[in-house]
Amino acid sequence: MADDKKSGVSRRDLLKRAGMAGAALTIPLTPVTGGLASAAPATAEAVPYDNEAQLPRREPIENLTASEADLLEAICARIIPTDASGPGAREARAAHFIDRALGGALASSKPAYTAGFAAFDRYCRSSRGKPFVELSERDQDSVLIDVETGAATGFQGSSAAFFAMLRTHTLQGTFGDPYYGGNANFVGWDLIGYPGVRTNVSAEDQRLGVKLAPNHKSAYDTEMFTKATARLTTREDKTHGH
Amino acid sequence: MATKLKPTDVVVIGLGAAGGVAVLPLTQAGIDVVGLEAGTWLTRRDFAPDEIRNNVRDWPQSVQKAQQEVPTHRANAKANTTRAGSHPMMNAVGGTTLHYWAQSWRLNPWDFKVASETTRRYGASRLPAGSTVEDWPFGLDELESYYDKVEYELGVSGQAGNIKGTIDPRGNIFEGPRARPYPMPPLRSTGFIDLMAAAARGLGWHPFAGPAAINSRTYQGRSACMYHGFCNKGGCHVDAKNGPHLTTIPRAQETGRLKVVTRAHVTSIDTDDRGHVTGVTYVTDGAEFVQPAKAVLLASYTYENSRLLLLSKSKAFPNGLSNNHGQVGRHYFRHAQGAGVTALFPFNINAWYGLPAQGVAVDNFADDNYDHGALDYIGGGNLWVMSDRRPISAASMGTFGRTPNWGKEWKAFIKENADRTNTAYIQKTTLPYQDNFLDLDPTVKDPLGFAVCRITADYQDNERRVTAHTQEKMIQWYKAAGAVATQANPLGTMGPTTHAYGGTRMGRNVDTNVVNEWGFSHEAPNLGVLGASVMGTSGARNPTLTVQALAWRTAEYLAKNWKSVTV
Repeated sequence: MADDKKSGVSRRDLLKRAGMAGAALTIPLTPVTGGLASAAPATAEAVPYDNEAQLPRREPIENLTASEADLLEAICARIIPTDASGPGAREARAAHFIDRALGGALASSKPAYTAGFAAFDRYCRSSRGKPFVELSERDQDSVLIDVETGAATGFQGSSAAFFAMLRTHTLQGTFGDPYYGGNANFVGWDLIGYPGVRTNVSAEDQRLGVKLAPNHKSAYDTEMFTKATARLTTREDKTHGH
Repeated sequence: MATKLKPTDVVVIGLGAAGGVAVLPLTQAGIDVVGLEAGTWLTRRDFAPDEIRNNVRDWPQSVQKAQQEVPTHRANAKANTTRAGSHPMMNAVGGTTLHYWAQSWRLNPWDFKVASETTRRYGASRLPAGSTVEDWPFGLDELESYYDKVEYELGVSGQAGNIKGTIDPRGNIFEGPRARPYPMPPLRSTGFIDLMAAAARGLGWHPFAGPAAINSRTYQGRSACMYHGFCNKGGCHVDAKNGPHLTTIPRAQETGRLKVVTRAHVTSIDTDDRGHVTGVTYVTDGAEFVQPAKAVLLASYTYENSRLLLLSKSKAFPNGLSNNHGQVGRHYFRHAQGAGVTALFPFNINAWYGLPAQGVAVDNFADDNYDHGALDYIGGGNLWVMSDRRPISAASMGTFGRTPNWGKEWKAFIKENADRTNTAYIQKTTLPYQDNFLDLDPTVKDPLGFAVCRITADYQDNERRVTAHTQEKMIQWYKAAGAVATQANPLGTMGPTTHAYGGTRMGRNVDTNVVNEWGFSHEAPNLGVLGASVMGTSGARNPTLTVQALAWRTAEYLAKNWKSVTV
């Protein structure tokens, strides 16, 4: 956002190199020694989720600015919140998935993100008097409803398109294969009860009443498959007139 | 300057579902074939079970040609033109059969005689206004032996419902007679599919397992299906999905008469002054080649078939190849595949795995299988319930108006219901109309500077009425099985799809059809066209097996009539 760009270039770069986000004080960090593997319980349903103790640490930013990354983290955390029913988009590292993809498969969406974040920040400050990350959860939700319904002003086109893009990519980052940097510790798949990638499924596995234990496997945990990169342009560009 | 290559007997443009089948009867008859394919070979190592890559980002894609030629679409000549971000088909040896659903249906007898049967049973006034529908130049009986050939050569699993007129209620009692059973039993059922089948029987309907070009057991030395849940837009990791790249193409190569050229981007079909085809021009890695041939089989895809003909202008064909009667691009339609129904059940249905071809069909409301005397439309739809779901799509489910689309309430909703929904696929009779057609887009071009295909098409009242009726029946079926909420999904547009028909329709009348009853051009006698672009009706089921049966038939005709076709 504008003020960040004026004041924070060297600071942001330093923080990027250090693997931390700019305004990281709004996001609790786990100790560096904690690591991703130990950050979440094996089954999400076991105990009510303890937000403070079990947050994975944030990864180095790859494509967003530090303040954009903070804003994205906070938005993702409202779209799929962390609550008594278990971890949400924050623990899944949906924002990391999006940040990484903006340098690859979602590169064509980068301008929409840059412009959308700037408009989002302006709208928050002008309508609520504070940046999004400083608002209460209730006020954050009311801002997001404005953006979702197209009522938020100052966007290029409708703010609803920006929200739809954010929601789509937050879901991809929470429920997609962990190979792409989201769904950390399979928290997304555990949330909805997806038992994990299998290469062979039996008749018994498809009976009614059978509940398979989650296997916490990525497609790329076996050596069977080539890790080809997806093409750069995606169908998510949808349509354009001419 | 183009490099002129050594002449061959036949050039096949595109080694997908159609061209990949045609090469076998040709080479087995001793004819030399050059197969030009825009894509490359892919193997099972390329088919990771990865929803982001396959379903979100539209992989597998071996090369970008199709993606550079995405057709534009407008509903009518006055409407805005839009362009989708990606092409539904892919380039590779085997084409879109690498990642298709592999549902391998025969058309039903009525589908070949829509015009005459409607007239006979209900009167000519019941043919929808503006429709250009004609009977096919032959009936199911003519195609039966070719369906049989392809079912056994490639490998199709299924349950026959009619063997030489003897009805077997385990199969589709409405299908036309077949000479013998499928080479493999149907894919297995699931607990949820069994529940749905029982509900259909309770309604007095006739549920049955659908046919699929997927191994239900080991076939020709290839594995049985693993039901792992990533068949939809994904290739098969055990080669159990029977595309031409695993079957007819390797067998043709074994004859020593098929040369496969990958990464070949055909830019024109060339003709002489008397209007005969002389070969094709193609580009690979920026170098241009001319491949002379005695006959050419065009087998790219519905949009690209019309496009390449319209781009191939010459002295003999100033408006595009085989278009002196103005029929190239006419009679276009896309299957009305949208407008499914989604249901919510009050219990988990354990449908995380499986494949789109693993399911149960009801044909009681398809084609003319029920009396339309008191109705205001013709045709119907095939109701199909399947076991196919992945986590991103599950979490993206609608909420039946019960919660917002994000936040705490939504999260609780998907946590409870991600395994409690199912979406039925309903393919519906779709007709060609005077106002629906393909041509060249006046402004949008591919990177080589050639105009892309433009679709001008919209559904008409008949399709909308079939949609309303079939959705009503599907809702009835889900409720009978215990669904507590249902949602009828929108029909969508007639933009680019995997089920696109017409543009080079087959028929005896030269004023309304591009190719004759054997699939050869009425105007350029040594040019054959393969694919659903020759089909004049869709039926209520997937086109691929019909495309493959027609491709075999056209290739066999060429081999048997070599001298008269290539004279």
